[in-house]
Amino acid sequence: MVDARGMVRRRLGLRLWLSGGWLVLLALAALLAPWIAPHNPLEQDLFTSRLPPFWMAGAEPGYWLGTDSLGRDVLSRIIHGARVALIVALIAGTATMLIGATLGLIAGYYRGWADMVISRLIDIWMAFPPVLFAILLIAVLGTGLTSVIIAIVVIDWTRFARVVRAEAMAQGAMDYVASAQVAGQRRLGIMLREILPNVLPTIGVLLTLEMGIAVIVEAILSFVNLSISSDDPTWGGMIAEGRTALHRSWWVLVFPLIALFLTVLSFSQLGEGLKDRFDPVLR
Amino acid sequence: MADSVADIRPLFQVRDLRLAFPDMTRKPLFGPAPQTEVLHGLTFDIPRGAVLGIVGGSGSGKTTLGRVLVRLLRPTSGELVFDGREIGHLDEAALRPLRRRFQMIFQDPMSSLNPRRRVGSLIAAPLQLHGFDRTSQRVDQALDHVGLPRAFRHRYPHELSGGQRQRVGIARAIAMQPEFILADEIVSGLDVSSQAQVLQLLADLVRDLGLTLAFISHDLSVIRRLCSRIMVLHLGHIVEHSDTAALFDNPQSDYTRELLDAIPLPDPDQVWR
Repeated sequence: MVDARGMVRRRLGLRLWLSGGWLVLLALAALLAPWIAPHNPLEQDLFTSRLPPFWMAGAEPGYWLGTDSLGRDVLSRIIHGARVALIVALIAGTATMLIGATLGLIAGYYRGWADMVISRLIDIWMAFPPVLFAILLIAVLGTGLTSVIIAIVVIDWTRFARVVRAEAMAQGAMDYVASAQVAGQRRLGIMLREILPNVLPTIGVLLTLEMGIAVIVEAILSFVNLSISSDDPTWGGMIAEGRTALHRSWWVLVFPLIALFLTVLSFSQLGEGLKDRFDPVLR
Repeated sequence: MADSVADIRPLFQVRDLRLAFPDMTRKPLFGPAPQTEVLHGLTFDIPRGAVLGIVGGSGSGKTTLGRVLVRLLRPTSGELVFDGREIGHLDEAALRPLRRRFQMIFQDPMSSLNPRRRVGSLIAAPLQLHGFDRTSQRVDQALDHVGLPRAFRHRYPHELSGGQRQRVGIARAIAMQPEFILADEIVSGLDVSSQAQVLQLLADLVRDLGLTLAFISHDLSVIRRLCSRIMVLHLGHIVEHSDTAALFDNPQSDYTRELLDAIPLPDPDQVWR
């Protein structure tokens, strides 16, 4: 009865290395920002304003990615901006997951009136334009990091709820659920111990996706100056400032944009890669 | 004296069992959906130690009947008496302590074995729910019983072959030391040689453990080897219920004759005696 089925091993793919590598780098940068940033991100110096990045003529050593119109170091601001981006990604992403996945699981497994209420709620929520909804919420809650996180959770829980609900419904029709019932398992036990483990990989992929989206939403809110105070560097805020002087100093806009792009891409690729690597079920 | 009465009494007594589903296709915009009856008043006994074959085509209600017997479904009306106790209308909480005593083996083990649990956990989880002690040894015993290596407890279902998976399904059911097992089309997904092995295993277990078995199949040739009695269902009615030999020698209903004619024979000119 020996066969090859138990011996399949998969490697960590390139995708996982690259996306994970970038995020680890970013996390380190965020944690160690005060020590590794070459300059104070808020320090203004009009004598060194609009310095180009290091490979261009007129670059000053020590200002690797150039400076903005107030002479602030772009690299240092990106490193400090990673803090806000990652805090929002982790906290808003996780909170959104907890609320959305719980409601989706209940709706999809228990069905009946719980599903009726939650599904109608999702329908109503989805009718709001998300960015306007976010701006409206910030207007009510006031600016600040907490408000940004609350706004993301309030808007985006439906993303988890919809997908998890559909997945829980599909899993609920499987015979292992009937089998757990024959074994005498309670409904709540079936939901948590049988269905949830099967929905978890989907939730994981959604979570990393949501973290990427949270970074974008924070950037959008910073861009319209509705995120945290404009003193703290944020990528969205840098993009907004860089936009006004794009023709003279493109680097002020482009480098935070690249950081944003790589981060969002890495989050989504990390989710897919982890699922491929660690999902015990080969499908 | 009381013991002998309990021994003579059939394990299952089914009286005028009916089941109706709401027909959502004919549901009016407001108000409840009309009911469609799928089991039309079934009456039969399953004696202790019997191996009852339940046959019928698709839509005959055989799987539905099976799911009522193990109370995955609640009958609309009629009596379902298990070991002298009416269980047809008990709620889930009242049913839970009794559930250990009637187990089920499912048609598709890929669906009925949770893909995220290892074999050991699949067999042990129901035992833990019912407070069995020494679950680890019981898992080993169950694997021994179905002829799987003990090391398989560390495997996931997708790491097993079809026949091995179905053996895990059987191991999970017998580990609970039930009195009754319902086997719903358990060999229809297997190749012919695995079919024969699983059927032989089931026959041995029924004999060795003194189980009462209901075996659902659409295939009379599979049932003939295993079952002492056969019940033929057609469109939610029992059209025939007799000894296996009597049914093959002298079928009473036209529908049974049709089913017998559908069995492929090695020699087309040969007829069933």
